[in-house]
Amino acid sequence: MLKSSRTALIATSLAAVLLVSACGESNKEAKSSASPSASATASASASPGAAAFQAAVDAYRQYVIDQTDQFVKSTDAFVQAIRDGDIDKAKSLYAPSRMFYERIEPIAESLGDFDPWIDAREGDVPDAEWRGYHKLEKALWVDNKLDGQTSVADQLLQDVKQLRVKMESVEIDTPMLVTGAVELLNEVSSSKVTGEEERYSHTDLYDFAANVDGAKEIYNVLQSTVKEKNAELAAEIEARFADLDKTLEPYRKDGGYVLYTTLKEDEVKKLSQAIDALAEPLSQVGTVVEV
Amino acid sequence: MDREIEQPQNEGREPKRVSRRDVLKMGAVGGIGLLLGATGLKGLSLLDEPKPASAKPAPAAGTIPFYGAHQGGIVTPMQDYVCMGAFDFTTTSLETVRKLFKQWTDASARIAAGEGVADESGNALVPPADTGETIGLLPVRTTLTFGLGASFFDDRFGLAGKRPKALADIPAFKRDELVPEWSHGDVIVQVCANDPQVAFHAIRNLARIARGKAVLRWMQQGYQRSGLADPKGATPRNLLGFKDGTNNPAVGDADVAGEIVWAKGADGAPWMDGGSYMAVRRIRMRIEVWDRTTLGEQEATFGRHRDSGAPLGQAGEFDKADYAKTGKNGKPIIPADSHMALASMGGKVKIHRRGYSYSNGIDLRTGQLDAGLLFICFNRDPREQFIPMQEKLAASDRLNEYIQHVGSGIYAVLPGVREGGYIGDTLL
Repeated sequence: MLKSSRTALIATSLAAVLLVSACGESNKEAKSSASPSASATASASASPGAAAFQAAVDAYRQYVIDQTDQFVKSTDAFVQAIRDGDIDKAKSLYAPSRMFYERIEPIAESLGDFDPWIDAREGDVPDAEWRGYHKLEKALWVDNKLDGQTSVADQLLQDVKQLRVKMESVEIDTPMLVTGAVELLNEVSSSKVTGEEERYSHTDLYDFAANVDGAKEIYNVLQSTVKEKNAELAAEIEARFADLDKTLEPYRKDGGYVLYTTLKEDEVKKLSQAIDALAEPLSQVGTVVEV
Repeated sequence: MDREIEQPQNEGREPKRVSRRDVLKMGAVGGIGLLLGATGLKGLSLLDEPKPASAKPAPAAGTIPFYGAHQGGIVTPMQDYVCMGAFDFTTTSLETVRKLFKQWTDASARIAAGEGVADESGNALVPPADTGETIGLLPVRTTLTFGLGASFFDDRFGLAGKRPKALADIPAFKRDELVPEWSHGDVIVQVCANDPQVAFHAIRNLARIARGKAVLRWMQQGYQRSGLADPKGATPRNLLGFKDGTNNPAVGDADVAGEIVWAKGADGAPWMDGGSYMAVRRIRMRIEVWDRTTLGEQEATFGRHRDSGAPLGQAGEFDKADYAKTGKNGKPIIPADSHMALASMGGKVKIHRRGYSYSNGIDLRTGQLDAGLLFICFNRDPREQFIPMQEKLAASDRLNEYIQHVGSGIYAVLPGVREGGYIGDTLL
């Protein structure tokens, strides 16, 4: 078992290296091909803030690609555990693997059908078309057996790898950036906070935290601009991120999170309100953009 | 538009009849209060005679300015709808509270004037400043009334020493079945308007402005019959079918309001001068039980005839109740445990009731209607008015069989805001 998983690990890292080096090259192409869209916003580039925004967009683009790289690796390991029929290992890898995806979900959603392929919950799509992480979640937590799941796992890995390829050509513009952070928190408000996302594994807090991470990263790349143009707004956003982090703190355990079902009603309410409290000022980030 | 503007301190009177003498009289209210403060509430028995609280219905449209000596929504002739929200602070910084109250003041003045809560930037990359559901709508006499709950005076803001004695904890009454989620709150905001969407818009936007500083603890919408359905403006009926508010004091009269409603600085809390105390009770009615109760029992429960609203044994709604009159069996025609007999308090204690009916769909556990009364009353000192009255009702009111008190709160309703000032500036 140990041997096979080590082999798998080597295989994974090899694949990752190949992929990364492949990306390294196509990355340049992508950057040069991104310039036409940059010149499309020529009026914005005339203003002094435009350079700062371009830098923010570039930094965020790099983050999205890094997360997708790690998502390929984590999914590969998860899929390998399924292939090996190792239920315990697959269960332990399930929630952490998904976090890379949850951090960049709005971007992935902008790339076509990846979200329904990777992240559809039962009932989101016709049963015959249902695939991806949540189908495996059900096999692991409800059926408690992996018979016939290898093909689902293989398909998932293929979808995730294809997402990585597509990421090369992703176009991120300023509006996507300023609204992306709020969209991530809306993900939390509408499905995580209700416990609907991980209805079998109850690992919703991993997704919750990852969505917040993703929103924080967007704020980070915009931080200097927001601070410069509206210091009060920056201070408010940062205080609310800190509050939210403090609200999440009691639920961190062994490098992960407790099951969502262990939270009491008023604890869920506090988390939900902390998201609303943050998302409101975050939705004002667009005020620092010169249109 | 000007002619529609009423003076909030003179509501219930003809809008244009604000004479210089009236203004002087109002200015002197504080002085009268000093005298009254010394004599307590003895003068209230003068007001025993029931009479219609407002002779004619208030116009449906119009604007009630947010700024004034007293807050609107207290002696203002009742609008058709209420949306009431209780907030709890999530901040522990008094400076943040102050800032929020200033933001709420600006927003409230604009809402009362029928404007959005802030100017729109037109920036497509940010959400609109106002939520938009009142664009193109008239303010239809919107009032926003702010009060502070007892919990505001705990150790968070260092204001425990400023808590007025009159902001007394409501004692646990007999038969109370209070749910904490429907009770209390650091701040109460009562929004009244002649349109439910206009009223909801106000609470929604105040909650949005408060995000990160305060959260809604509970919210309840309510209604009474609308001016459209009752153009003559008769006494409204509650959901048990009976007229409710016949004996309400005529608070359109500044002297009456001065005795019954307005707190005076000399009462003990100088910052409350011109404010009032509001008691709120969420009273669920056992609708299904009531509906299978005989007419005789229903009328004996209230002490009034159902259709006319007349006291039992009388012909007209405003006829004086005769509690001594006995029937053939030798017992009083108006039962001593009837709601009216008990609530009259011998004519010595008065409160200004301003409640609304509510219906929240059905109770999912039982399938029964979840409906009742959002009881709201204003008084100068609850220790001498609302609390003894409710104590008496809770102990023996025949109506108790058909109702259930599920929510409760008592709030120090702040004095009116002067232009340039802000909500709570006499305290903060």
